[in-house]
Amino acid sequence: MSVKVMIPTPLRVYAGKRDSTEVSAATVGEALSGLTSQFAELRKHLYTEDGKLRAFVNVYLNDEDIRYLAKENTPTKDGDTISIIPSIAGGSSEMPIDF
Amino acid sequence: MSEALELGISAELAEKIREHGIEAYPYECCGALLGTDYEGLANDPNRESRKVSREIISLFPLVNRRDDSPRNRFAVTPDDVREAEKAASAQGLEVIGWYHSHPDHPAKPSDFDRDHAWPWYSYIIVSVHTGVPQDMTSWRLKDDRSGYLEEKISPMKASAAN
Repeated sequence: MSVKVMIPTPLRVYAGKRDSTEVSAATVGEALSGLTSQFAELRKHLYTEDGKLRAFVNVYLNDEDIRYLAKENTPTKDGDTISIIPSIAGGSSEMPIDF
Repeated sequence: MSEALELGISAELAEKIREHGIEAYPYECCGALLGTDYEGLANDPNRESRKVSREIISLFPLVNRRDDSPRNRFAVTPDDVREAEKAASAQGLEVIGWYHSHPDHPAKPSDFDRDHAWPWYSYIIVSVHTGVPQDMTSWRLKDDRSGYLEEKISPMKASAAN
């Protein structure tokens, strides 16, 4: 099954400046694996060292957040589009301040 | 990415970021930087004369979505990111980065910032001490995520888009 993966602007430099790529995949996880196999440099910006999607990286299958589907096991079908959208976060010190 | 990173911003827009920092104090403010990345242009007839590698043309202030620790954390949701991208696209621009404030802390990225960043984006930080804006710096995450490169902020004349 051919799935289109949209590559966010900041990561295009690691993907030959392409804005999308087609991968063959039966699940979202397989599609993301296909993406990072094609463009290995992308991997560390999407996944932590222990292989989990980074918390600020959000993945959508045709505009549906995969967290509300079956996460990386969400099945894909021919013609689906996967988008990767970051949440932007940061802060001045290491520990949250409760008050 | 070129060796010399320079981010152009007009005095007016830099002031707007400081004002947002004051307004939000003692909480962190945040927003998107909309502009043009000249390094990414396939054909830039003015490449030789460019003094900066990218330029901020307008801002897209956002609401800090962290309500549990807004004094030292900020968060922008994916929906906000998409709204910022739409706003940029409507102006023929891109989201080239993000700004936020560090209330009562220096304008330097923390490890928390680094864990939540992508390369390529410019991350502007304005330090606000006791409600008064201090240093403004800009940073870009290194390709290997090991740290940041400081990006020089260059004052530019206000663009017509402002």
